[in-house]
Amino acid sequence: MAQAVAVIRAFYKGITYRGREGHWAWMMHRVGGLGVLLFLALHIFDIFLIGFGPEVFNRFLFIYHSPPFRVLIVFLIYGVLYHALNGLRIIIIDFWPSTTRYERQMFWVAMAIVIPVWLVAAYFTIAPIFAPH
Amino acid sequence: MRATIKILRFNPEVDKTSHWAEYQVDTEPNEQLLNVLHYIKWNLDGTLTLRRSCAHGICGSDAMVVNGRNRLACKVLMKYLGSSVTVEPIRGLRVIKDLVVDMEPFMAKYKSIMPYLINDEDPGSRERPQSPEERERFDDTTKCILCAACTTACPSFWANGEYVGPAAIVQAHRFIFDSRDRGAAERLAVMNEWSGVWRCRTIFNCVEACPRDINVTKAIGEVKKAILFDEV
Repeated sequence: MAQAVAVIRAFYKGITYRGREGHWAWMMHRVGGLGVLLFLALHIFDIFLIGFGPEVFNRFLFIYHSPPFRVLIVFLIYGVLYHALNGLRIIIIDFWPSTTRYERQMFWVAMAIVIPVWLVAAYFTIAPIFAPH
Repeated sequence: MRATIKILRFNPEVDKTSHWAEYQVDTEPNEQLLNVLHYIKWNLDGTLTLRRSCAHGICGSDAMVVNGRNRLACKVLMKYLGSSVTVEPIRGLRVIKDLVVDMEPFMAKYKSIMPYLINDEDPGSRERPQSPEERERFDDTTKCILCAACTTACPSFWANGEYVGPAAIVQAHRFIFDSRDRGAAERLAVMNEWSGVWRCRTIFNCVEACPRDINVTKAIGEVKKAILFDEV
């Protein structure tokens, strides 16, 4: 419990401290990672439903195609892409400490890859909502 | 130049929680923030409590959160802060009064890394010589003044006060990579503990906060690698 309070306090300090790229890179990494974990839990649940036969499984899978869920998937794609690219940045920093000098530039390189790929993927995820049936 | 200084104040004899107090001050662009705090204490409100000694960025006494970032009040000039300035005590350590925090836990962590030369070999009647290249390996981390700006800017430290923190790791680095020292294994054992170097998440707030421009995260990375590859 005390640990939970400490984490909440730390989160408050985190959003009120005016850190630079590294600070926000880390915050996004954490939030993105938790989001991906949430989807992973959902995914494990839907695979588990196969045990109840194809009908139950298919009915549940239908929610992934609903418009609100597609919006959530856009966030998921961002979470996965960002977590992967920033994860590479952290691995590089950890194994080659002299690259710490370029951590900000590496963050922006990661973003320059994440944003365009994400926008394209977001387009293909959202477009079916507006497609005529 | 007229400036509004907002200070997060706490008097343990009166207050239950801390509160903001505002002061209007006439300042010069090239004036240190510390000077302005002195002006407030000496002319507007004598109860304001802060810690400072040398006032020239060497003693490391006056680290505080200035406009949301850890800074030494004596090293930051008013022209970089604008006309509205917020000042808070550094985070993650217990506030004793106003801008003064309890530095004991911080110093205990400093002591835990054995911040002194460990070498039983008899140097004879002369010094322990060292080449410029050997000295260069830990040059950056000799600059630390123990102001706690890095440790109290670190989210890992905010979340877990047991974490030894960037400042203590910088000090450990200073001895681990010193060719004259023989205590690397002992210090790396402390660094490899649960509360040690692995709590670093490469957030870089320590690097941004350091008033001595030490590349703290690089030093931490080098200690991590020394543990991982068992090689100093």
